Amino acid sequence: MNTLEVKNLNVSIDGQAILKDFNLTIPKGEVHALMGPNGTGKSTLAKVMAGHDDYTVESGEILLEGENILGKEADEISHAGLFLAFQYPLEIPGVSIANFIRAARTARLPEGEEINAVEYYKELYAKMDELKMDRKFTARSLNEGFSGGEKKRCEILQMAMLEPKCCVMDETDSGLDIDALRVVAEGVNHMRSDERGFLIITHYQRLLDYIVPDVVHVMFDGRIVHSGDAELAKELESKGYDWVQEEFVTATA
Amino acid sequence: MSDTNLKEQNEAIKVDTEKGNFTYPENYEFDAGVGLSEDTVKYISDVKKEPEWVREFRLKALDIFNKKPMPTNWATKDLENIHFDKIRYYLSKGQVPARSWDDVPDDVKETFERLGIPEQERKFLAGVEAQFDSEASYSHMKEDLEKEGVIFVGSSEGLEKYPEIFRPYFGKVIPSSDNKFSALNSATFSGGSFIYVPKGVKLKQPLQAYFRINAENFGQFERTLIIADEGSEITYMEGCTAPKFETTTLHSAVVELVALKNAKIQYITVQNWSSNVFNLVTKRGMADEGAEVKWIDCNIGSRLTMKYPGVVLKGKGARGEVLSIALANDGQHQDTGAKMMHLADNTTSNIISKSISIGKGRSTYRGQVHMPKHLKNCKNNTECDALLINTNSRTDTYPAITTRGENNTVQHEASVSKVSAEQIFYMMQRGLSEGEAMSLAVNGFVNELMKAFPMEYSVELKRLIDMEMEGSVG
Repeated sequence: MNTLEVKNLNVSIDGQAILKDFNLTIPKGEVHALMGPNGTGKSTLAKVMAGHDDYTVESGEILLEGENILGKEADEISHAGLFLAFQYPLEIPGVSIANFIRAARTARLPEGEEINAVEYYKELYAKMDELKMDRKFTARSLNEGFSGGEKKRCEILQMAMLEPKCCVMDETDSGLDIDALRVVAEGVNHMRSDERGFLIITHYQRLLDYIVPDVVHVMFDGRIVHSGDAELAKELESKGYDWVQEEFVTATA
Repeated sequence: MSDTNLKEQNEAIKVDTEKGNFTYPENYEFDAGVGLSEDTVKYISDVKKEPEWVREFRLKALDIFNKKPMPTNWATKDLENIHFDKIRYYLSKGQVPARSWDDVPDDVKETFERLGIPEQERKFLAGVEAQFDSEASYSHMKEDLEKEGVIFVGSSEGLEKYPEIFRPYFGKVIPSSDNKFSALNSATFSGGSFIYVPKGVKLKQPLQAYFRINAENFGQFERTLIIADEGSEITYMEGCTAPKFETTTLHSAVVELVALKNAKIQYITVQNWSSNVFNLVTKRGMADEGAEVKWIDCNIGSRLTMKYPGVVLKGKGARGEVLSIALANDGQHQDTGAKMMHLADNTTSNIISKSISIGKGRSTYRGQVHMPKHLKNCKNNTECDALLINTNSRTDTYPAITTRGENNTVQHEASVSKVSAEQIFYMMQRGLSEGEAMSLAVNGFVNELMKAFPMEYSVELKRLIDMEMEGSVG
């Protein structure tokens, strides 16, 4: 069984094609990295998978453990098991982290059922400790006034608490210093399991030093042009994206 | 706050918009008929067997009401859609307020049972009065309070039994001529509470009144007067509901508070009118030396609410406060605010107003702070924040601050923010429905302010906001 299958996905915004016959398969338990230059469609892919309605889907399929999620509402996709760690997490003034995650968990329960608060906090604190987050953070308004690193840790905390089947991480490494990067990577590695798939979208290779991917894909102009193992990321880092264009794009054109 | 606590509170308070949307057959012993004339007013006065001075007070007020124009020069033209000649001004089953729920007529009792009132009384209230259309059908206070000399009765019983306390203050904080609707209330008032707290008596639990409109085309005009004698303390809470009728219903109350030297009055409203109700209410408190009057005012629902609770800071060192939350959903207009009249040295006032406008909902804030030149060391703080959900919403702020005098300070802050589509998407990605996401954003917006509210009411308010937001998603 595959965690995620994207088949011949074509997406445009304002009439301009962004994803062009995009294909990607992530088998259960694998971590895939998606790399590529800016403006190549990586973040668009993440948002379309999560059900953002700014984009026009022309054709294609997105299957989460075999079930189509394309065209569903964002909350339905979340319930189906897809989590998106945002590149720019939004600030929600007045809503504490603890209450927000609790609301997200409650939304997954059958109507009328409630969360056991004692167990919930125990779990929340344990996961915060892993991410080296101060427990006082639970009372702070979600992402409000957070540093870049704090926001990203908070995304990983939510991801850990919601236990998704498929984790999509959009440029989680941007804005992180090396210590924060290590902590975030540990958090992700801790979540790796045979049951869960990861798609790590990144511009740089350095996150992949800590989260070693099973497969690395290189994206260019709306589609994956080359795939390889973890070594490919290092090669990309040393040779640059121009190399990709010369080697794979011009060659196949 | 512990969770068991929260759960209990949730169970204790079961009042929401849908819960209020039911009605029982109308069978009234006394009915003033449709329309307003001298005869209507005389009928009400006769039914209540009132003394001559009250009858004259009413007739004089009717005259003022007839002469005063609608305030459409500054307020919304929607006021013109109130047809005074089609409204019923007095409906009563002829009952004397029961002292026990067992003695309340079955249909009325069922109404309040469905709204959860008896249950709340058992759990955390010192006394309850429940008004059904024009008259109270239930009134009860804990015995020990009675022994301490606390009076908690309906307005008619108050003026009949305790004229020596009632009369000197009645209509003094808010004269009939204050505005067109205070005149209307003065002419037709029925029901509402009269409370007197003797010197030094501090009520640990709140007293509550519950106002219920059952009949169609009806006008409810309750009149409340609370007198807190020197050094006493009282918290009063009121809740209101009505079924959703097609036709308009009018609710026009007058509430007068008198806090004598060093007394404290806290008056809490959680209004949850259905969207056919015109809610035009005049509320004002008078604070003597060292006294404190605090209004906590939450306005959800109604077609149009116009309400500007005020405090007249009459004695040195008096304090006044208005904390308000208004939520205007599609088709609703919340025109609310606060008035602070500083009339003595060292007086302080605080106004915090939060408004939420959804869809075509509209919120208006009107504030008035008055500090004359001869006063010293007076302070006012005003904060008013608006939250807009989707681009059709409208919000207006009309602050009027007149400060003179050298050592007086006024601070005013205002903000307008929006819940963006990206914020909603972010929350939905975590699994919240659109309604839950909006509700959470709104709760976040009022969160700080709600911490100032008693627990029972912040829980109910949160529930009401959730209901309202769920319903606003198309």
